[in-house]
Amino acid sequence: MSRLCHFFRTPEAIAGASILALLVVVALAAPLLFSGDSQAIAGPALLPPFQDWSLPLGTDRLGRDVLAELFHGARTSLAVGLAAAAAALLIGSIIGTLAGFAGGLVDEVLMRITDAFQTVPSFLLALAFVSIVGPSLGVVVAAIALGAWTGPARVARAEVLSIRERDYVAGARVLGMHPLEIAFREVLPNVLPSVLALSSVIVAAAILTEAALSFLGLGDPNRVTWGGMIAEGRTVLRTAPFLSVVPGIALVLTVLGVYLAGEGVVESAAARRSLS
Amino acid sequence: MSVLAVSSLAKRYHRGGKPFAAVDDVSFDIGPAETLALAGPSGSGKSTIARLVLRLIEPDTGRIDFEGADFLALSCAALRSCRARIQMVFQDPLAAFNPHATVGRVLDDPLRIHNIASRAERPRRIAALLERVGLDAGLAARAIHEISGGQRQRVAIARAIATHPSLIVLDEAVSALDVSVRGQILELLLDLQRQERIAYLFISHDLGVIRAVAHRIVILDSGRIAESGDARAVIANPQSAIGKALVAATPKLIRNRP
Repeated sequence: MSRLCHFFRTPEAIAGASILALLVVVALAAPLLFSGDSQAIAGPALLPPFQDWSLPLGTDRLGRDVLAELFHGARTSLAVGLAAAAAALLIGSIIGTLAGFAGGLVDEVLMRITDAFQTVPSFLLALAFVSIVGPSLGVVVAAIALGAWTGPARVARAEVLSIRERDYVAGARVLGMHPLEIAFREVLPNVLPSVLALSSVIVAAAILTEAALSFLGLGDPNRVTWGGMIAEGRTVLRTAPFLSVVPGIALVLTVLGVYLAGEGVVESAAARRSLS
Repeated sequence: MSVLAVSSLAKRYHRGGKPFAAVDDVSFDIGPAETLALAGPSGSGKSTIARLVLRLIEPDTGRIDFEGADFLALSCAALRSCRARIQMVFQDPLAAFNPHATVGRVLDDPLRIHNIASRAERPRRIAALLERVGLDAGLAARAIHEISGGQRQRVAIARAIATHPSLIVLDEAVSALDVSVRGQILELLLDLQRQERIAYLFISHDLGVIRAVAHRIVILDSGRIAESGDARAVIANPQSAIGKALVAATPKLIRNRP
């Protein structure tokens, strides 16, 4: 309870949490409100917003309902962002923990691999991966995670280097615990808080990367995505700018919400730590 | 036959590029149900010896025989299973446990790792261990950070005796406790030694405590043995300069007793 109180002390955290809550509601409500195919033709093409209240945000070039597309796009953005960030954090913490705990040659090899991934721009990596394997939701998630796991890996390794010298790790060794069990049961859970602090940045970056991939036509073709909507609207940018602007605003708000809420979590954690 | 025999143990570190000997040519042995005290000022190599004896760090040279076998020759898996026989209690009972652990989990680990009790039997064994060290069995569900320092050190002792070791290394195990609790913990250690015939390597800078529990003493100075012998005799009449300094630093109460 006190955790929540701390969290809602700053206006930024409240704003971020509200945006995220709205996004989650939209994503969950999408199939209920727009039960039909969101990519089906719903009215005349290029209907501007606020003209027909059955199609409040108008229609796109093919006469598809923009609001329905926006709602279904929220599902994709949120799903890809969260899944990619979760995958990146999981892979990163496991590799960082192994490198930091094992030390020596294992550490050298794993950290050089991390370096290699970090020197390649993560968007290029995602682009290359999706072009080779082919666009689908799972591949897009994997492609984004592939470029995002290095940050968590470095943070986890740095934490492990300090934790592995603690008495309780020596105590686990004295008990005869297997090194892998020490790494994943004694060390990793104590590394997670620092790694999780990165999650808002990674989720936000993942949502943007997904949008960029979709914009370039490398998103899952069977799903509506905000990036895809912007790309579609680009061809009629002069006559119907709302087709690009509306999903663009949704994207900006989402990323902003994730950042603000993440910042709120980090700050409330810091406040709790300074109190105790 | 001695439980632990250490001969010519040496460990060197590099400090600012220059090598310095943390432990230099140290030899001692401990018999069954015997308490050997390692005393000495800070930086004299006491804790390094504790970590060497437990193979938390590897010595540069020297030999460690544990229960008659070459302890340094054990491979990883053999060493892990041998660790049931040689246990340790740390100075700071809070740092010695995973901050997320509960008392029950701390005591479950040794029973599980060394296959001492089946999963169904373990809760009963944990309760028995807690009662053995003078704690309430209901404490098992509590988190480590919720209990007092004295209770935590009792849990640490319960963890150490869970695998029926023949030797426990006590690295300043009572130094962080307040005086009233210290006496109770020392009583518990003596009682366990009598009943289970456990040998102790008792590391402390407090000669008053050493005099109360140790049979023999080894006084260290800068990684070397300065003096050794019967604990009471050495403390009553130290020969080395460092021994005299340590005795002089102990409250008079103890020195004047016959």
